[in-house]
Amino acid sequence: MSFSITEPSGRQKWIAGVLVVTYAVLTLIPLIWIIATGFKTPQDAIAYPPKVFFEPSLEGYVNLFTSRSRVTPEDLAALPPPDTFYDRIVRQYDMVITGPSKYGERFLNSVIIGFGSTFLSVFLGTIAAYAFSRFKVPLKDDLLFFILSTRMMPPIAVAIPIFLMYRQLGLSDTHLGMILLYTAVNLSLSVWLLKGFIDEIPVEYEEAALIDGYTRFQAFTKVVLPQAATGIASTAIFCLIFAWNEYAFVALLTSGTAQTAPPFIPTIIGTGGKDWPAVAAGATLFLVPIMVFTILLRKHLLRGITFGAVRK
Amino acid sequence: MAQIVIKNVRKEFGAFTAVQSSSFTVEDGEFFMLLGPSGCGKTTTLRMIAGLELPTAGEIFIDGEEVSQKPASQRDIAFVFQMFALYPHLNVRKNISYPLVSQGMPRDQVRAKVNEVAEILGITSILEKPVGGLSGGDRQRVALGRAIVRDPACFLMDEPLGALDAEFRERMAEELRALHDRMGATTVYVTHDQLEAMQMGDKIVVMNHGVVEQFGRPQEIYDWPATTFVARFIGSPAMNLLPFEGMVGNGSHTVSLAGAAVAVPEMVSGGAGALTFGVRPEHVHLSDSAAYRARVVATEYLGTTQIVTLDTPLGQVKSRIASDIAVRIGETTGLNFDARSITLFDSGTGRAMISKANQKVLTHG
Repeated sequence: MSFSITEPSGRQKWIAGVLVVTYAVLTLIPLIWIIATGFKTPQDAIAYPPKVFFEPSLEGYVNLFTSRSRVTPEDLAALPPPDTFYDRIVRQYDMVITGPSKYGERFLNSVIIGFGSTFLSVFLGTIAAYAFSRFKVPLKDDLLFFILSTRMMPPIAVAIPIFLMYRQLGLSDTHLGMILLYTAVNLSLSVWLLKGFIDEIPVEYEEAALIDGYTRFQAFTKVVLPQAATGIASTAIFCLIFAWNEYAFVALLTSGTAQTAPPFIPTIIGTGGKDWPAVAAGATLFLVPIMVFTILLRKHLLRGITFGAVRK
Repeated sequence: MAQIVIKNVRKEFGAFTAVQSSSFTVEDGEFFMLLGPSGCGKTTTLRMIAGLELPTAGEIFIDGEEVSQKPASQRDIAFVFQMFALYPHLNVRKNISYPLVSQGMPRDQVRAKVNEVAEILGITSILEKPVGGLSGGDRQRVALGRAIVRDPACFLMDEPLGALDAEFRERMAEELRALHDRMGATTVYVTHDQLEAMQMGDKIVVMNHGVVEQFGRPQEIYDWPATTFVARFIGSPAMNLLPFEGMVGNGSHTVSLAGAAVAVPEMVSGGAGALTFGVRPEHVHLSDSAAYRARVVATEYLGTTQIVTLDTPLGQVKSRIASDIAVRIGETTGLNFDARSITLFDSGTGRAMISKANQKVLTHG
């Protein structure tokens, strides 16, 4: 392989910088829009021309987390004065808070189902990939192809059989049902990705560990897993992103108990006018866990793990 | 410290037979070389001694105990890989400590032992470094450290110098041999480099296509090859092999090469038909009066000696002679062969015919 290792000139760096910044701005504008809208009042949110500078308000977040009902001005006057900032916000619109909204619950469902299925996919994927990579598995190639073939159509194409199956099995609208479903969808991805990573780890490391007195299982946990950390981290990110953002299955198979945030967020709009700030606030909060997860694992993604200790 | 006995060991991978019924013995404290071209089964043999592969048939004894079906961890051996296989997520000290930690040795003892080994190998200063930034030689030393730290019954090394640069290789070969002499541990060493095998080994097994061709001391193998394969594989340049039609009987001591009578050691076995005349280049001398004629086609200057390539009636011959002998390309001369050093082979089987000279070497086992 040959490549140029000359230092880029100042001009080239400048052009590259402009391109990167332009691309970043283009991709970030919708995100900034959503985050900003979450802090606008409903009037500011639909103002034309759009307001770039506005007075921030927590109204969207208050509406996101509460259920409210409209009362007559007379009844409102009869109430004791509001003692919290959210009561004050709500009463401007002749409303009172009647309880928490379902957003918290739905959000928690997203966390349970998203992380639960990610853990299962990566766990099963790692041991399956290890077996495929290291052992003589009968019909190995056929099995791997079969596993991959589950991704050759959009998963939603089998939604109806799954819907019927889940109703029979009592898995409809349950956390377990959704975790199993997402795991099944993600498993082909995780087996293939992880097999690639594990294939890259020279088998000599395990052999060295076997000779050093470890069992095969210890060789796996002490030698293979630390070196597969990069692959496991990136696979986990892919699995989580799918499970976290999945919309179609969860809209079809859940209605309450196990519903996650994606199908719930659009329903916020219907309660009491077009409440764009509440929708935007819901979307903004929904972004946080996956961003945190990705940033936490980022250093694993970037760290070269073998350091060239093996010469090929 | 242990003797290793390999008895009729065979290994098949599906339809492919990697090792066919091999037998040899590694004596206690020996530096033993498994030599052969790639794919000859030498590494598979080593891995069977280690327990990384289980033999299809046959027995392996380490220190009198039959271990052929035991896992590697129960054999008390150390293995040095060609690729070093240092654990990349651990530093030098932890790499060397690993086999001791797995045995459950207390921490301060591990520390003391690792320091001692580092001292022997001269790597004390790099103990706390990650293995990633080390030079090839240092990685090799760390891999050796991991092997010697637990005082195993024997060392198994799979082309441990193969991944090193040429200049390091020489030095590490000397270090390895010195280390072995100091510790006296039985060592089995796989290589495809015949020079390395000759230089370092107490004994050599030459393998080809899964078969043990010959087994003995370097000098015996060099002087008295058992097969034409060994004759060609060992020595640089290789032994000259001249095919001829002829007949030798028990007690004969000449053969006729293209009409020229050439003396050979007194034969104790006979044969007729397609035979091969084998002579090392250093035993071929140029002499204008000799009956077997040759014409010089090339010379190669090597400092104190030169290699002269000659066309002869039975094929090309290389001769190693002193470099101060003047040889001109194109000139015609005769060749004398050192009679005591000749080996005759049966061309059909490729095996050496027994003579008074080689019978002691070739019939010892």
